[in-house]
Amino acid sequence: MKSGSSKLKRWAAAGLMTGALSFSSALASAQETIKVGILHSLSGTMAISETTLKDAMLMLIEDQNAKGGLLGKKLEAVVVDPASNWPLFAEKARELISKEQVSAVFGCWTSVSRKSVLPVFEELNSMLFYPVQYEGEESSRNVFYTGAAPNQQAIPAVEYLMSEDGGGATRFALLGTDYVYPRTTNKILRAFLNAKGISDADIMEEYTPFGHSDWQTIVSRVKAFASEGKKTAVVSTINGDANVPFYKELANQGVKAEDLPVVAFSVGEEELAGIDTGPLVGHLAAWNYFMSVETPENADFIKKWHAFIKDKKRVTNDPMEAHYIGFKMWVQAVEQAGTTDVDAVRQAMYGQKVKNLTGGVAVMNVNHHLSKPVLIGEVQADGQFETVWSTDGVVIGDAWSDFIPESAKLTADWTYPWVCGNCEKPKFAASY
Amino acid sequence: MRDLIKFVALFLSALAFASVAAVASAQASETLPGLTLLSEKSASKRAKGIEQLADSGHPSAATILNAMAEGDLYFRKRDNQLFIATGSGDAFVLTDPVSLDEVGTASGKELKKVRVNNKLRRLIRGFLGGLNLTHSDAKVRLEAASNLLKNPDPDQRTILMKALEKEGDDSVVRAMSLAIAAIDIRPEVPQEKRIAAVTTLGDSDASEVRALLTPLTGDAENDIEVRQAAIIALDAVEDRLVLYRAIGGVFQGISLGSVLLLAAIGLAITFGVMGVINMAHGEMVMIGAYVTFVIQEAFRSAAPEYFGLSLAVAVPAAFLASGMIGIGLERSVIRWLYGRPLETLLATWGVSLILQQAVRSIFGPTNREVGNPEWMSGAMELAGGVLLTYNRIWIIVFALAVLFGVWALIRFTSIGLEMRAVTQNRRMANAMGIRSARVDALTFGLGSGVAGMAGVALSQIDNVSPNLGQSYIIDSFMVVVFGGVGNLWGTLVGALSLGVVNKFLEPVSGAVLAKIIVLVAIILFIQRRPRGLFALKGRAVEN
Repeated sequence: MKSGSSKLKRWAAAGLMTGALSFSSALASAQETIKVGILHSLSGTMAISETTLKDAMLMLIEDQNAKGGLLGKKLEAVVVDPASNWPLFAEKARELISKEQVSAVFGCWTSVSRKSVLPVFEELNSMLFYPVQYEGEESSRNVFYTGAAPNQQAIPAVEYLMSEDGGGATRFALLGTDYVYPRTTNKILRAFLNAKGISDADIMEEYTPFGHSDWQTIVSRVKAFASEGKKTAVVSTINGDANVPFYKELANQGVKAEDLPVVAFSVGEEELAGIDTGPLVGHLAAWNYFMSVETPENADFIKKWHAFIKDKKRVTNDPMEAHYIGFKMWVQAVEQAGTTDVDAVRQAMYGQKVKNLTGGVAVMNVNHHLSKPVLIGEVQADGQFETVWSTDGVVIGDAWSDFIPESAKLTADWTYPWVCGNCEKPKFAASY
Repeated sequence: MRDLIKFVALFLSALAFASVAAVASAQASETLPGLTLLSEKSASKRAKGIEQLADSGHPSAATILNAMAEGDLYFRKRDNQLFIATGSGDAFVLTDPVSLDEVGTASGKELKKVRVNNKLRRLIRGFLGGLNLTHSDAKVRLEAASNLLKNPDPDQRTILMKALEKEGDDSVVRAMSLAIAAIDIRPEVPQEKRIAAVTTLGDSDASEVRALLTPLTGDAENDIEVRQAAIIALDAVEDRLVLYRAIGGVFQGISLGSVLLLAAIGLAITFGVMGVINMAHGEMVMIGAYVTFVIQEAFRSAAPEYFGLSLAVAVPAAFLASGMIGIGLERSVIRWLYGRPLETLLATWGVSLILQQAVRSIFGPTNREVGNPEWMSGAMELAGGVLLTYNRIWIIVFALAVLFGVWALIRFTSIGLEMRAVTQNRRMANAMGIRSARVDALTFGLGSGVAGMAGVALSQIDNVSPNLGQSYIIDSFMVVVFGGVGNLWGTLVGALSLGVVNKFLEPVSGAVLAKIIVLVAIILFIQRRPRGLFALKGRAVEN
């Protein structure tokens, strides 16, 4: 009986303890959380790409909380829906920063949405992690660009096409959707190709509206352009939705990758999920990440993603890895700074290192761009990419392209005494 | 003692088994030159392997190379043994590449695919060209000859000549002569032979001809006579191409027109006949496309061998699904708003957002894969590289069939008669005993159902995503307004002319500007003729 009563007491004590604990943890989560803003469209045209990134962020935050949170506090995700509406992006960004008081925001996909939120982040001095490959020609004190700059994607891809392994192309058709990313990228590519001795007569540039679905004319024109005696390749900056009809038309018109390879900068595993890739085998894409790369980190990431999303068929892609790297760096920087204060974390961000999912180590540079490896992959019949070429090490992201004369002389450096994203001469912090 | 004997026996039998296994594996690894190189990491070593294999002339070489190009060649991770493997997941059937016998099974984890890139694929195709020239199937020979035309290889000339002598099939003979001509235009060949080759090429409509002749017309060509001949030949080719391209352009225009027509027929009923501004029309199209997806999924899991029939099932299913949703929409929302176009516009726009988000929640925001059945893939080559793709041809046929069906329904059936009666004079129709509310619901259901059928066709050429409908709604209104509200033939003429004009503007002005020009032209046209191309006349229109 005695032993029984002591057991009872112990149970009671344990019960009280856990009760108290859960009470205090409830208190902690109510008061002392670190808020992280997620600014991705969950409706409208861009939902197709951005919803996945919202889910990826939720997974990363859940994972971090399972490891004990950050600075002893739990992370709390604040999800808003800017609905693919560019002005609404700015409004929602302001809401996240001013009303929700988030410590950092992860979000945006299109360049136009980034340009729309940029003044808000600069005005309120907050921090945005932008995970998508983009046209470069920008470096803001308040944005960390975790996607590829043109020199980490477009230039190596074209170099590969010109190499012997890539088919030795000397003629290029640049196809794109009509907005800022394709236009700027193609401007850089044209300058690069000219520098390599390819004349303007051997470059065809063509733009289509968003969501263009009738590719018959353009594909036949590209075929005619390619049948003039020089080895031709297509460089595609066609955006999201228009890609499926484009690839279907290529397949139906019998364009084979061996004869006329298409290298795309906006087509990843997620975009291929809507197409029968059988006829597209051999067409190329350039990214910093492919789901098919075999490393323990990547296997672990894919496993976690499948467990989180509860669907074994879902794919992972490059912008997800960008968020993975950006989030990990932010966590490390906050731990190092011991605070979530934006200015302190920004200083701690420089030089942060995170292991890439595809091997090697990503480093955050003072121009707010990452050093990452560049991979070129060929489409496989199962909708995955197979790496056919990769850089030996990592490539430093270049904010201002060296191939556009007016930006070649600009430097981006946000450490003392450089405190400017687009300066020719050093400016001192005091005078900025 | 007994145990010992048992042990020895066991041991001996194990030994015998092992030696049998050793023999078996020795047989399997009876190797061809170059075979071991195929599993190498470096692409240039694999290229050397392909070369050695092709040169060996072994009867299985073609099969191995074919499997490699198709991605069916694997090596086992533990011993680097090569196999041709088919299957997926845990059940791969292994075939020995040399004897071509089945040698067992393996799981996907044990195997690794032999990697091929575009360069290796080109190389393989070139060699397969030589190996397949004497294949028993004329189709394979034709493909082999046209592959050699794409990658002319002087080493293959003798093989080509030999194959040409024995060849009986006309189209293969032509392809082989072209392939020989492509080899003979090289500068090392004597002049008369080169000129003859240039003339042969100039007479052909094959799409590769321009690529072969163009280099000979430039300054790089030293032989003046060859250059002259090449210029003349290329001119003739270009002249013929102008005609083929024009035909191709008209086809593309009609094809774009047929897509516009399909999207607009439903709207021609709901907007044209009933006068309802239905902003959710695009979503009916989108629902039709998702019905196709669901039915194809069912076919894939239940009866993959009948996959080709999935679209035939999807058409009525999409009609019913979109039609039912349309009737529901009419009964619940639109019927309260007749005669109030602005409110109808806003309400249906809201409904369109609800439908989009509903589909996004059920099927997810990403694209869904809708397959093209075999009979809708590929293209028919007109000549000179101008292609008419089968999916487009079928969509043109389908659009016309749907238009004719709708016309016949309205013209010849009693429900069609009631529809016309209610549109022309509702009160008189009521007085004649027609239940106009029921006719309204059925008419709207018909318009929505036709939109759903359009969705089946559009799923073949466009994204199946929640945004599918949005991209067609503006075009549909444009077609109906341009063609003349309330007139099906106007919709037909309107759609086809918009399609053709768009396609002829596109090469000149670029796709973006072409769209703008067409839009501006329509606005100006509507200013002159507010009722569109084929305006209805009479009293019914006046009120």
